[in-house]
Order: sequence, then structure tokens, then C-alpha cells
Amino acid sequence: MKRDRAFWFAAATLAFLALLPVYAALAAQPFYVTLFSRIMVFALAAVGLNLVLGFGGLVSFGHALYIGVGAYSVGILAHHGITNGWVQLVVALAMVALFAAVIGAVVVRTGGMTFIMITLAFAQMGFFLAVSLKQYGGDDGLTIDARSAMGLFDLANNTVLYYVIFASLLLTLYLFHRFINARFGLALRGIKANERRLAALGYPTFRYKLVAYVISAQVCGLAGFWLANLTKFAAPSYMAWTVSGELIVIAVLGGMSSLFGPVIGALVFLLLEEVLSSWKPGIWPAAETLLGNHWLGLIGLFVFTLALFARQGIFGYLAGKKDSAGGH
Amino acid sequence: MSATLVISQLLNGIQLGVLLFLMAAGLTLVFGIMNFVNLAHGSLYMMGAYIAAALVGQGVPFVWAGLGAMAGAALLGFVLERTALAKLYARDHLYQVLATFGLILFFNEVVRYFWGASAVYMDVPAALNGALTFMGINYPFYRFVIIAVGLGVALALYLIIHKTRLGMLIRAGASNADMVGVLGVNIKLLNSAVFALGAGLAGLAGFMAGPILSVQPGMGEPVLILTLVVIVTGGIGSIRGAFLGAIIIGVVDTLGRTFLPIIFSWFLEQSLAQAAGPAVASMLIYLLMAVVLALRPQGLFPVKHG
Amino acid sequence: MKYPLSALALSAFAAISSGVVLAQSPLKIGFMAELSGPQGALGQDQYDAFMLVVEQNGGKLGGVPVQVLREDSQLKPEVAVQIVDKLIEKEKVPIITGVTFSNVMMAVHKKITEKEVFLIGSNAGPSPIAGAACSPFYFSTSWENGQQAEVVGKYARDQKMAKVMTIAPNYQAGRDFVNGFRRWYTTPTIGELWPAVNQPDFSSEIAQIQAANPTAVFAFLPGGMGINFVKQWAQAGLKNKIVLMTASTTDGIGLPAMGDAALGVISGTFWGPDFKNAANQKFVKDFEAKYKRIPSQYAAQAYDSAQLLDGAIRAVKGDVSDKAAFRKALKSAPFKSVRGDFAFGSNHFPVQSFHAFKAVRDKQNRMTLETIDTPLVKVVDGYADKCPIKG
Repeated sequence: MKRDRAFWFAAATLAFLALLPVYAALAAQPFYVTLFSRIMVFALAAVGLNLVLGFGGLVSFGHALYIGVGAYSVGILAHHGITNGWVQLVVALAMVALFAAVIGAVVVRTGGMTFIMITLAFAQMGFFLAVSLKQYGGDDGLTIDARSAMGLFDLANNTVLYYVIFASLLLTLYLFHRFINARFGLALRGIKANERRLAALGYPTFRYKLVAYVISAQVCGLAGFWLANLTKFAAPSYMAWTVSGELIVIAVLGGMSSLFGPVIGALVFLLLEEVLSSWKPGIWPAAETLLGNHWLGLIGLFVFTLALFARQGIFGYLAGKKDSAGGH
Repeated sequence: MSATLVISQLLNGIQLGVLLFLMAAGLTLVFGIMNFVNLAHGSLYMMGAYIAAALVGQGVPFVWAGLGAMAGAALLGFVLERTALAKLYARDHLYQVLATFGLILFFNEVVRYFWGASAVYMDVPAALNGALTFMGINYPFYRFVIIAVGLGVALALYLIIHKTRLGMLIRAGASNADMVGVLGVNIKLLNSAVFALGAGLAGLAGFMAGPILSVQPGMGEPVLILTLVVIVTGGIGSIRGAFLGAIIIGVVDTLGRTFLPIIFSWFLEQSLAQAAGPAVASMLIYLLMAVVLALRPQGLFPVKHG
Repeated sequence: MKYPLSALALSAFAAISSGVVLAQSPLKIGFMAELSGPQGALGQDQYDAFMLVVEQNGGKLGGVPVQVLREDSQLKPEVAVQIVDKLIEKEKVPIITGVTFSNVMMAVHKKITEKEVFLIGSNAGPSPIAGAACSPFYFSTSWENGQQAEVVGKYARDQKMAKVMTIAPNYQAGRDFVNGFRRWYTTPTIGELWPAVNQPDFSSEIAQIQAANPTAVFAFLPGGMGINFVKQWAQAGLKNKIVLMTASTTDGIGLPAMGDAALGVISGTFWGPDFKNAANQKFVKDFEAKYKRIPSQYAAQAYDSAQLLDGAIRAVKGDVSDKAAFRKALKSAPFKSVRGDFAFGSNHFPVQSFHAFKAVRDKQNRMTLETIDTPLVKVVDGYADKCPIKG
């Protein structure tokens, strides 16, 4: 019964996303297609992050790094005339895997606060590296002349790009669903609950965590691949530490204990930003000016309140799950 | 690469180090005792700088402005801790990170609202201005003051922690907070006091950095990230680790920025050295941290238990 | 629950009343800049100056009511791209202006001009869009990034500075500025320093400068970096020993925070608040009266962009749908610029003079810039010949 509600709610959201371009076309508002493309890209990244965050209990404050690596893989290859999207995709995922494996080998040995900070520091390193890549635009970022050429899919068309991102989100959710409920996923959740016990049972917990970390990074890399295509641009700011923070906000807001929560989180958080940053109801000019200048402060308070009171996220709440840790 | 250049760069490194120590001390104590990750520590540093700049702007003498900044930041820290953050002590680190991340965004807008988006003015008072010349080195007097104050605070903290009742409670709290509570100590008050102390030190750091750095919204973030590197490298929860980590990071960062480009130019072609030198120098402390954590995940100088 | 209900009623009322306003269908102009967060100061000056013109004209530009859609790109290229989509596809704006930082400009320039929407840039001028990537739909009221360094290089050459060191952050703009400086100052520099981007402390670089003991230092350190550097420079006792020349560093935004530390520092750009022409005197007086501060060059650029639009919209009698005619009107630059003479070059960047300035205190004891020289007279930027637009 409980699972049903969650299922139907997720299905309704996905149906909404599936039909959105149709609505945008009918309402002659093609802008919504790009807006929701970006939301889905961040949903994808947050779903990826949530594998280690929600299921593995590893608070990574540096997953934006992999968005950047994915985006720069597209940008740098395109810069050198390699526009084949499949090649770009393979290279992006391979680069992300390489970065994540090396970094992961250091970070997953730690835990708690050290893990939070070392992931942050590695992302900063990537940020500085991108800034110093002067032949690839450095701080100004790298313009990508055309979207990736992916054979059947003509990404130059915004609606096609939208559905391709949507499809990759669906595929990721499906694969993660299988993954979470397989032996590996159970072990990962076991590590979150009690790593020592798992280790005592003979599980190689280091390897489990490392593999989860790399897979999670790959999904963020995929999101970076789409972000580069969506904006035709790759920039160091894609891996700014605030982006890593926003990914956590999205995951917590939507609900970390489910696969689908981050999708809801991305929808709510990015729409909230969109509305607040250009909200002009025309009621009270003084308040509007204040909001127009300082809406980030309001977002800050929102995040703060979320941290104080959120137990299970929006999706968890709507799905009616009881959080075992919730002490209401 | 003259000896004078090396010495003045060492001084610069130590000066950066003591500033980082003031930040790291508060952060590491709060973590050690309350098990709390406070990303908003950089915001307290920023508030300290703004309060001091505002007071100096009103004609308040420099030293009093500094005390005002410390008191203001400590009070702000106290209020935040009492009203909200204490509720998060028992929660997962994730929520602590989230809440204090929100506070960073909020405080940046608070200072933008009151003081504007541009940087505000704050300078060294005439009495501390000028440069000292010794052994052929010309070094700003104010930076000596920073080093002296930083070392003084480090000594005072050492004495407080090892020689006073408060320090004994802090040490006891760090190893077993529940037991201290059971023994009849007002643990809530102890937590608030430690938090306010850390906030006050961050305010002091902001005040002292004000005349040499630009006082502007967001000024706390770069310092916060360096501070995090310091305490992770030094060993979380330990004042000794914070102090040694801060000095190591300060010196490595400063010397790296000066000498890596020179060293690179010995081996590499000029244009390549000029591109690679600064790039590697900007990542050097992160590399150091990664190496330290790969070899000793608990940091260089972890808290000794038992 | 009381408040939300009344708010709802009010917004319903507002919707009705705004419907009345909409009946006149004002010309929509998108204004996108960095308006929030720590980097918001430049964008705020741009917006304030732009709106000063709109308000003085009673909400009109070129005699036509305009609706300025203020958008905050947050210094995030991906957000800027999305705002552009919204402005073009949802709001159907024919004109977008503002744009503060080069990385945002690079992310949106092609997207906007491809759709034949007019982009009036009032700050960032990265070299590609002045050269090979130029567009007939783009007009700049600022400069190509390197030019503010070129004028300083020419000044250094005119002053016969013997030993010069350079310092700039280790990123693309930093390299561009140092190259721009060297375009005119051809004597080999005796050292180059490349600190990290947003590095707060320059003690290490200052010690190296002291050790090398040059005649002058050329610094490009925008934003907070410049404030830090200039303060630390003065504290190291170098202020009266070594000439400090800057570009985009001791600007109107940073000067108040630098105070006495900046006194005597040389800088170069296209405009200063002490210009004597009538248009500028009115601008500076009006801006100070309304916003209680001396306008920065960023305000001057945006003020000119609003005046440019005012003149061009008037020339086409408010009909911007004939793109060829409107482009011609813009190209003829039908307005009085605060910088004096103004004309567009073939790449739609201004052909203008560049001046050298010294940081001084004005009669009210505020930090400001004083014109001391005009090293470059009516110059074209170094990329215009790479731009294929003709006419």
C-alpha cells in the first residue's frame, strides 16, 4: 500500500515530464523545454550523488567535480574537432571513471567529517585545474560550436535533446533500482547502517564503497555531458563548491531514502530558484526590490530550515513512509 | 633565490598560518566536542571583519574595534548555537553541512543588504603602519602584529585547555561528552561557551585580516576552505593539530607559490614553466592533504585518546 | 492564514491593473547581469545607470514605453543560457543588454545573435567576439578586454619606464591583459607573476617584487584581488618607491575600499568621472544625486547603452521589427556619449580614445580618478580586422 503511493506519485511525475514538451508546443512556450531539460540534468546528477549519499551514507561535498569532468570532455573533444557524440560519451565516462577511481581510492578510506572535507578539497583542485587550462578558455569557459553528433538523435533540436536526457534519466533510475535491490545494494545499505559488522562478516567494504563512488560519479559525469550539450558551453563554474552544495540540497529536499526523491528535489528547488530570482507579482515594489537583490538570502533560509526540520524529504512525505530515525 | 627572499616568504607563510590557526581552533574545538561541522565559520569571520570595519569607520580606536568584532562574532555564534544549531548536534553530519551551507548564503546577503555589494574600507592604523627593516628585509610591521597576536592566542588556548577547569571540561567533553553530562556539568552551557569562543576567534581573525584583505561579501569562503584543509591535514578535533597544520599549510602554500615557478623554470622551457608553475602551486596544498590522508587518514596530529 | 489570502487578493488586483498597463504593449528589453552574491557590485552599477535613463525619460526609450526585464545570471553560464531562452522564447524580447562577466558573455553571445536578437553589451568584451566570432547583431558600449591594458602599456612606453614587472591572475583574462600591455610596451619585462585566481594574500608576490626592484609594476587584479593587492602594496612601503600601474583594478567600485592606499596609483580606461563634456556632467550629477555615490566606469558604459538605445529606437520611430533598419540606426550611434566622441567600428565595438588616470581625493575627500593623459587617441581594437562584418 505504502509502496503503491510512492510508485504512483513517481509515475505521475514522470508522465508530467514526458508530456511537458507537448504542452510547451501547444502553449507556444518552447522555453519550458530548456528549463526542464536543465532541471532533469540536475535531477540526474542528484540521483547519482544520492547513491553514495542516501544509500551509502557518504556525504560527498564534491560531486560537482564530475559534472565538470563530463562537460569538459565534450568541450575539449569538440574543440579538437571530434564531434561524434558516442565517442565523446565514452571518453567522458572513461575520464570520470579514472578521476573517480583515483580520488575514490583516497577518500573512501576516510569517513565522517574528513570525507566531507576531502571531497570538497578535491573538487576545488579540479576547479583550479580547469581555471588554469588556458588553451581551453580558462576562467572564461569553453564555447562548444555544435551539440554532439549522435547519429539517429539530432540533438540540435531542443525537443530531441529533452527526450534523450529524459530517457537517460529513466534508464539510470531503472538500473539503480535493480542495483539497489541486488546483493550489492543491500551490502551498501548495510555499510551505511553498520560498516564494522559488514566488515566482520567478511565483506570487502572498501571495494564496495569505491565501486559505489565510481558509479555515482559516472552518473554525474553523464549529467555534465548533457549540461555541456544543453548550454553548448563548459566552464569551471560547473564544478564550483556551491554546485556540490546544491546537489546535496536537492537530494535532501526530495528525500534521500528513495531513488526517486532527488528528481522531485530538483523540480522543486530549481523551480523555486527560477521563481524567486525573477518574481514580480507587482504587489509591493519595495519588497520586490529587496527580493530581486537578495533572493539568495531567502534560499539560504530555506536550506537552513530544511536542514532543521526535514526528516524524509518531500517524496518520502508524499509517499507516506515513516522514517525510522524521525523523532516527531 | 636569495636568503632574504626565503626568510621573508617564511614570515609570510607563518603569518598566513597563524591567521588560519585562529579560524581552525574554533572549528576543530566545535567538532571535537559537539561533533558538529560548521561551514558557517567563514561567515562569522566575515561578520567580524564587517563589525570591525564599521566600528573603525565610526571613529572607534582600532583595538576597541577589534574587541567589538570579537564580542560581536562571539555573541552571534552564541545566539545561533542556542536558537538553532544545538538542535543539530545529535543529527547526521549531512544536516549540519546543509544548515550551515544555508547560513553562508544568508549571511552573504545580510552584509550585502547593510553594507552593499562593494568592498568596504578598512586600513591599518597609523601606529601599526609602515615596515620594519632587519637583515636587509623590509617587512610590514602590521604583519608582525598578526603573528604576535596569533602566537599569543595559541599560547593562551594551550594554557586554558591544559591548566584551567574549563579546559579540563573541554578535554573531558572531547573524549566523552555524555559522561561529563552525567557527572553534573552543565553540558549545554559548556557547548555554548565553546561555540562562542570559536566564533570570537573567527571574529578576531576577520578583524585582523580586514586591513590587509578586502572586506566584502563572500570573503569567508576561501578562508573557510583553507581552514578545512588545515584541520583535516592536522587531525580533526585537536588544537595541537590545528596549530601545526595551520603553520604547515601556510608555509607550504606561500613557499610553493613563490618557488615552484622558479624551480620549474630550471627543468622546463620558459613558457611551459610559466603555465605549469602557478597551476601546480595553486593545487599544492590540496595535493599535500591528499597525500597525508592517503597515508594517515586520521591526519598528521590526531587527538590522543586514553 | 490571513496574510496569504490578502496577498492572493492583492495579486489578483495587481494582475488586473497590470493588464491595463499591458494594453499599451511596451517594448520589452531584457537586462541580464550579475546582480546577486559577492560579485554583484558591477552588475548593480550597470543596472542603476541603465534605469536612471529609463526613469528620467518617464519609463520610455526613444519615446516608446519600455518594460525592462531584470534578470540575474548569478555568474553561472548555464543559468545565463537559460535566462536567454526565457527572454527570447517566452518574453519575445527583441533586445538584450547588460552582461557583466566575460564567461557569461561567451556562453550567451552566439545564442542571442544567432536568433537575430540585438545584444547591447555594456561591460564584458572578450576578444573572440571583437574578432572572428563577431556578429552584426552585437553592439558594445564598452571595450575589447585587452584595450584597458594597452593604454597602460602605451603610457609606460611614453613615460620611458625602464624596468617593468607584471602581475595578473593565472587565467585567460590575465594573459590577455598582460599581452595587451606588451602590445605597446615593447621593452622586455623583467619578471612576470601569475598568482592564483582569487588569491587573497599577495605577500609572496610583493616580496618578489621588492627583491627585483623594478621601476614600475603593471597589475591586472580585478575585484577583491585588487583591493587586497593595493592595500598590501601600501603596507609594504612600496607606494612611493615603485610606480603602480593598473587595469580594471583601481576602478570606481574598488577605490572607496582602498582609500589612501590607492593614492597616486595609475590606471587606464576610456572614461573618467571628471570629463568635462555636457553629457558626462549631467550623468555624474544625476547619478550622484540619485544613488549617493560616484559612478564607476561600469555605470558609464550602461548609461551609454541606454542612451544608444534611446537614440536608435527614436530613429526607427519605435519599430524595432525591421532589423536591418534598427541595426543601421544603432550603427550610426545617434547619441551623445559621456566619453565624448563615439563611433562604432566595423566589428561594432567603439572607436574611442583611452586615457590614463591617477587615483586622488576629490573636494569632498572621496576617492576618485583624475585624468592625467590620453595615450591612445581614437583607436580601433586589435581584433577588428579579423571580423568579417562589412558595413
